[in-house]
Amino acid sequence: MNNSDLAQILIRAVEEADSSDRLLDAVQELAAAGIEESVPTLIAALGYNNPGAAVAAVDGLIAIGEVAVPSLLELIDDYNYSARAWAVRALAGIGDVRALDTLLEAAKNDFSLSVRRAAARGLGTLRWHQLPAEKVKSVQIQVVEALLLISQDPEWIVRYAAVTSLETLAIAIAVTLPDQALRITNQLQQMLDTDVDLGVRTRVKFAQQKIQPQQHQEVFALKRKLEDTEVSEIPHRGGGRR
Amino acid sequence: MNSSPQKFEDLSPTGNSGDGESLTVEQAIANLESADLGLRFYAAWWLGRFRICEAAAVTGLIKALEDEADRTPEGGYPLRRNAARALGKLGDRQAVSPLIACLDCSDFYVREAAAQSLEMLGDPICIPALSELLQVGLQGEQLISKQPDLSQPYEAILEALGALRATEYIALVKPFLEHPIELVQYAAARGMYQLTQEPVYGERLVKALAGDKLQLRRAVLADLGAIGYLPAADAIAETLAENSLKLISLKGLLEHQVNHTATNTFSAGAIKVINLMDSLL
Repeated sequence: MNNSDLAQILIRAVEEADSSDRLLDAVQELAAAGIEESVPTLIAALGYNNPGAAVAAVDGLIAIGEVAVPSLLELIDDYNYSARAWAVRALAGIGDVRALDTLLEAAKNDFSLSVRRAAARGLGTLRWHQLPAEKVKSVQIQVVEALLLISQDPEWIVRYAAVTSLETLAIAIAVTLPDQALRITNQLQQMLDTDVDLGVRTRVKFAQQKIQPQQHQEVFALKRKLEDTEVSEIPHRGGGRR
Repeated sequence: MNSSPQKFEDLSPTGNSGDGESLTVEQAIANLESADLGLRFYAAWWLGRFRICEAAAVTGLIKALEDEADRTPEGGYPLRRNAARALGKLGDRQAVSPLIACLDCSDFYVREAAAQSLEMLGDPICIPALSELLQVGLQGEQLISKQPDLSQPYEAILEALGALRATEYIALVKPFLEHPIELVQYAAARGMYQLTQEPVYGERLVKALAGDKLQLRRAVLADLGAIGYLPAADAIAETLAENSLKLISLKGLLEHQVNHTATNTFSAGAIKVINLMDSLL
């Protein structure tokens, strides 16, 4: 049996499932097969109001990866916010930069907090190397701007998600965009001082601890590299990184 | 939790405060005595929603606890219910005695709201009054009936007694572990854990996370978050429910860890919970 036949059988099992348990099992099997043809069916499963099936479908879509991105972007269901939140989670998990605009828009403006939360998380886990080298910095600055805004969302969980992304971004740009990294650390300090939510403040403190040693390491690595190669001129910013 | 007008400003930019009209603090307080019963009802909700802790708001809401004008066909008191709920959110201890008086109200939902708000206000002076309501369902230390007994808001009372650390009433809480309604059992387990710190009661809730009904799993997520039972972390992350509810539950565990760790470093438990939360975003 080739992949296509298998896909048809598994897809039919999802379509014919007549109980939430059977649906869960069928979606799990389809997701585990990791077949490209299953993408539309997995996306549809995000909208069945069955959290277990949705989790399995998201995992499946993330495993399929980049191939699933165009369909996800195309088929994102604008009328069902719970399905939309799962689709955004799948895009965030895949990390494909083609989702950037969708994630920015969703994180800033979606009325559903679970969509904003998933999108805010996704902005920190994008695969920067997919971008043309000359565009990386400008896109990262754009994302920092957005995250600084999102970190003031009225919902604690959206601010929490923004903090996780500010953390990964601060680490990613510590050397290449030190000014932006400084904006992030300043914002985190301000949140630690003023955020009303203990859970958010705790996550901020955790982020600070992850960023701090990382920054020391980056600087140290840069110095050592300078010493090793004994270059006389000061390298341009970001010279120590790809 | 104070400085409420600012809190309102924080919320307003997204315009998600519902479809109700926007009010000023002065209007809302004045509306508590409006001739329009709908406006009174909305104002009481609004003052709680935006945590308007001003003295005039507290006084107005306490007065609304004795309202006679707003009645349902069944004899309920809608304005009293909303006023009781709002007073829990405002955190003013002046409301404690008036809320204790509400535990005698003929309306079940007023009693329920009062018990929940007394839990939030955290003044142990209400413990004897709460335990009296619990005794309605008991004969000595046994449940009176094996049939579902819905005469008192047992869930709210059990939760409040647990949260208020009413250890002298453990013997009254324990029988409700056998109550025919599962939600009441869970509330008893939650209360018993808070009163005894014995893992057996936390484990009972963890077991309930594997149950069939989504609605019950959701309730248990809230219970585990409220008691901050760390060994439940993985089960919370894995149960079949919305991520939003799992995240709130895990946040309860995290905050419990932070509040019970004196040092500035993160406990292994806290780090584990943070990683689970990150994975559910």
